[in-house]
Amino acid sequence: MSRTPLDTVEHAAATPDVELPWAELGLKKDEYERVVEILGRRPTGAELAMYSVMWSEHCSYKSSKVHLRQFGEKAPQSDAMLVGIGENAGVVDVGQGYAVTFKVESHNHPSYVEPYQGAATGVGGIVRDIIAMGARPVAVVDPLRFGAADHPDTKRVLPGVVAGIGGYGNCLGLPNIGGEVVFDACYQGNPLVNAGAIGVMRHEDIHLAKASGAGNKVILYGARTGGDGIGGASILASETFDDAKPSKRPAVQVGDPFQEKLLIECTLEAFAEKLVVGIQDLGAAGLSCATSELASNGSGGMRVTLDDVPLRDSTLSPEEILMSESQERMCAVVEPEKVDRFLEICEKWDVIATVIGEVTDGDRLEIYWHGGKIVDVDPRTVAHEGPVYERPYARPSWQDELQADDANKLPRPATAEELKDQVLKLVGSPNQASKSWITSQYDHFVQGNTVLAQPEDSGMIRIDEETGLGVAIATDGNGRYAKLDPYHGAQLALAEAYRNVATTGAKPLAVSDCLNFGSPEDPAVMWQFAEAVRGLADACQQLGTPVTGGNVSLYNQTGEAAIHPTPVVAVLGVIDDVARRTPVAFQEEGQLLYLLGDTREEFGGSAWSQVVHDHLGGLPPKVDLERERLLAEILISASRDGMIDSAHDLSDGGLIQAVVESALLGEKGARLIVPDGLDAFTFLFSESAGRAIVAVPRSEEVRFNDMCGARGLPVTRIGVVDGDTVDVQGEFALPLTELREAHESTIPALLK
Amino acid sequence: MTARIGVVTFPGSLDDRDTQRAIRVAGAEPVALWHKDKDLKQVDAVVLCGGFSYGDYLRAGAIARFSPVMEPLLEQAKAGLPVLGICNGFQILAEAHLLPGTMLRNNHLHFICRDQKLRVENAETSWTTDYTAGQEIHIPLKNNDGQYVADAYTLDQLEAEGRVAFRYLDFNPNGSQRDIAGVTNEAGNVVGLMPHPEHAVEPLIGTGRTDGLPFFTSILKKLVNA
Repeated sequence: MSRTPLDTVEHAAATPDVELPWAELGLKKDEYERVVEILGRRPTGAELAMYSVMWSEHCSYKSSKVHLRQFGEKAPQSDAMLVGIGENAGVVDVGQGYAVTFKVESHNHPSYVEPYQGAATGVGGIVRDIIAMGARPVAVVDPLRFGAADHPDTKRVLPGVVAGIGGYGNCLGLPNIGGEVVFDACYQGNPLVNAGAIGVMRHEDIHLAKASGAGNKVILYGARTGGDGIGGASILASETFDDAKPSKRPAVQVGDPFQEKLLIECTLEAFAEKLVVGIQDLGAAGLSCATSELASNGSGGMRVTLDDVPLRDSTLSPEEILMSESQERMCAVVEPEKVDRFLEICEKWDVIATVIGEVTDGDRLEIYWHGGKIVDVDPRTVAHEGPVYERPYARPSWQDELQADDANKLPRPATAEELKDQVLKLVGSPNQASKSWITSQYDHFVQGNTVLAQPEDSGMIRIDEETGLGVAIATDGNGRYAKLDPYHGAQLALAEAYRNVATTGAKPLAVSDCLNFGSPEDPAVMWQFAEAVRGLADACQQLGTPVTGGNVSLYNQTGEAAIHPTPVVAVLGVIDDVARRTPVAFQEEGQLLYLLGDTREEFGGSAWSQVVHDHLGGLPPKVDLERERLLAEILISASRDGMIDSAHDLSDGGLIQAVVESALLGEKGARLIVPDGLDAFTFLFSESAGRAIVAVPRSEEVRFNDMCGARGLPVTRIGVVDGDTVDVQGEFALPLTELREAHESTIPALLK
Repeated sequence: MTARIGVVTFPGSLDDRDTQRAIRVAGAEPVALWHKDKDLKQVDAVVLCGGFSYGDYLRAGAIARFSPVMEPLLEQAKAGLPVLGICNGFQILAEAHLLPGTMLRNNHLHFICRDQKLRVENAETSWTTDYTAGQEIHIPLKNNDGQYVADAYTLDQLEAEGRVAFRYLDFNPNGSQRDIAGVTNEAGNVVGLMPHPEHAVEPLIGTGRTDGLPFFTSILKKLVNA
């Protein structure tokens, strides 16, 4: 972009015929024309930069907005919601005066281009969202999806992503307590790196992103602004990868976790002294986003002098400064008499802080550079009134055929020996194998409040030392189910996360989601997206768990091949006393094992069909949300009243996977009896939803059965915790040592 | 009466609040110290906690070692003030030459977080009297740069003088020489180790064990009885 002469508002008005590189910046022709119409003249270079990043798919949700509205329209009545969709992150009341904020976001594209920095800055971004709400971050979770486990590029992407998450999160002092790692060839060129974070605050400490009060100062603090991540939002996140284009490496930001740690402490100290009127983090679209969102959410306008922004590279143009996605920066609105104290706190923490502007009583966002006005816009047109697309969508032609290819008809093991071999193959398959090679690179212990961390069903953090109040979080998603049926696949993701939270004894309260899909310009993908959102919104309504916010990642597609539709759902729960939590591991020999729920012949999308037959077809397991709710109530009551000592949700891999995990973690085996009416194969491998296994002390047997009976939850005694084998009576017995070898050696061998 | 134990916060310290909690759980009074403090607020002992001071962008602990608070700390430690360095704190003590040796990057080149089995080799330091020599304990370990190294002469001397305070058992998580997890100075008032006792003081939290609590009860008893 030419800067001689400076492209001021005046200059733009006088030179209507100057050609601007709107296409290179990712805008479509009609979008550019809309900008011209809004402004009544051509935009300046700086204005174009702002519109292009803020109107990108990543920032504007232009393709997804019309569908996402359902989360609000169908939101169940919930007293727990304090702040809903639209802010940096949703806030939920968890009782005793505490509020919890949580959110999941994607950093998919950058993590493919540059795995370490892409993943690291994903953690940094979500953590800043949490701080911006006024909360102290207390934990992170990372749902990850990679290409085939044995593909050479997975060996490049996965270790980098894991090291990046660890390198950043560990250095911030945030325990990593949950997440997932899934391998599937469909993610080969498009790994999914989703990052979630939880923060805790008192109700009165909630902060919002708005600039109010004319005369209040706008302070930019944190790292200096550099040339990294320019156009990241518009070019990287909003276009399909295409081999023909030059390397996009420079568009990925570089993280500095030490700077972010200082930013956390410094921000929390400023909050504690009530110095902050409004706050916004700088993530995607950097200053463009922060200034336009703060100004449009407040009551006034804003004037910013871009020359005052501290730079890492003095040659940056104003357009670049506005678009830069340099990490570890925040923007605060502070009353004039509190500015000195705010700057003092920043200095204490060695954080650079600069007043770059002030709130005005107008309604314009004006930005100056070298004395000239280079931006003069209504901030709402930048931040909130971007294009909205009603993209065409259509059920793909292949969907019927896919569903007709019934996994229930696949050949099943004919002998006990074959059944045993398939069990070993399953628990040692990359998706079902232990992920401790990965999770041991994350700090679970820091902050000293971790009650449960992966591989538990949900991560759990104590938030009050006196009362034992705690929160739990689980994230789940199953792209295979969603590919077979996006509506029910999304519901199954919610059901699983909901169940996982309840399995540990916490009451599910609210939902955040990260919706990962292919290109919205493909009607088949758009149909998947529309169906998944509809399914999720319907299910949230039925379960009474509102969506508090989330993130959409589209264009996860290389050429024609889109990823499986992958809605990842995070459920947040609360537990009155973490001492009542229920772990996965078997605790004591002799305890009775019960299966809760109904087991049907459901193998569509199952781990068994993938591992044994490399097959994807048929229908995913049936969804019964009322059953999920009943199961959750039983698990929570049983946990609270001390009726169960361990519990594990049944999902991918079915019952045998769950039993093996509980046995290996508890270092105690199990004797299992195939219940009447079921064959051993279905008993072990079915993935029927709405189920869990629990270990009940003998003294609680009657009470537990009575409770399930009275509430109408099917309960089947399936065995006992015992010995050092997993013994399926009449079929086979596998020593724990052999199971451990199969379960724990796979991932290290693949990634060594 | 109780004892006042200082916990220093450097930029990038992570376990300062946890360490203060562990001190409270043991029954002592934690006192927050800031890295720019020029005095130690008359505390009876000091813990340098874990974290990534200054991001560990230079050698771990190499910058923190020059913080203003280190001046009185060095002086008083040499005069007998009990000092415990945990993880990054151990690295800082090594950089400050209060303890011998240094920590390199883990030999497998990954951050590692695990419940680590240790043997208490020296139960006579200011921080270990509530253990018995030879006792086997589990303490969480989490670090990137935990490989303890020193020259053979120093190692032999440490062994001969009983100054290897803790040794890794069953599994050496980072390639430390002679499985050394922690060491003490000659006087036994300064102890450093890579594992994190402050994360093993409550039965519900972390690994669910309280094997780290004796660090804090040992020092409390020593100070209260003194």
